[in-house]
Amino acid sequence: MSLLDRMSSVEEFELLIQSETSAGMAVQERILDKLVELEYSARDVFGVRLALEEALVNAIKHGNCSDPTKTVRIGWRICSERMRVEIEDEGIGFDLVDVPNPTDEENLERPCGRGIMLMRAFMNVIEYNDRGNCVILEKIRGVPVSNQS
Amino acid sequence: MSTGQRRISVEDVGGATVARFNDKKILDESIIQLIGEQLFSLVDDDGRNKIVLDFTNVDYLSSAALGKLITLDKKVKAAQGKLRLCCIHPDIYEVFEITRLNKIFDIRADLEKALEGL
Repeated sequence: MSLLDRMSSVEEFELLIQSETSAGMAVQERILDKLVELEYSARDVFGVRLALEEALVNAIKHGNCSDPTKTVRIGWRICSERMRVEIEDEGIGFDLVDVPNPTDEENLERPCGRGIMLMRAFMNVIEYNDRGNCVILEKIRGVPVSNQS
Repeated sequence: MSTGQRRISVEDVGGATVARFNDKKILDESIIQLIGEQLFSLVDDDGRNKIVLDFTNVDYLSSAALGKLITLDKKVKAAQGKLRLCCIHPDIYEVFEITRLNKIFDIRADLEKALEGL
């Protein structure tokens, strides 16, 4: 893809999926295909794939409790310089302060609780709404993630 | 995908068990569940307690998969055994570092080092 084509290529989309992880995987692949098309680095694609997986599983399993009557809204805007994804579930939400730090000694051997940490490690921006049922993830092309608290 | 499909391949090497993952992307919940069951079976059903997990073929690993590894590690330790991980791609190793699980698991660079002393 030429630089000019890349600069003019923008994808903006929104859809609802059922609370099934297979539906989430299909959306992941669509987003990642766009990143590959726009020649984002392998490193960027790796991080986005991981972060999307964690965010979608959180929305489906924890937010919607895998309830087949509930949906997850996924919206994204991808251009040559930045990817922005918004994932919203129908759950009651949560408070980030209630999420234990998985790297604390007492939590290190817990089998779960690392999803948000991994999202923060690979995304330049991660923001939750006040209710806690909607997360925004942003990856800026080629920009490493700085240490986030 | 068949629910009975093998997600790991197992090889006996000098008294130790080397398990390799058949999936490059260990992300899908159903695959992770199967992988977990098949790994746990090595300990629970087969009585193996010297296990090396070879990650050569793995490109992606989610936190749910890490959870299964933690559970496996606990099972092996409870059986007075040893679990080692090897051949982890640098990007995947970074996931272990970020989560500090590199402090929990015995991770070796290659299979030869992972088998030493087992």
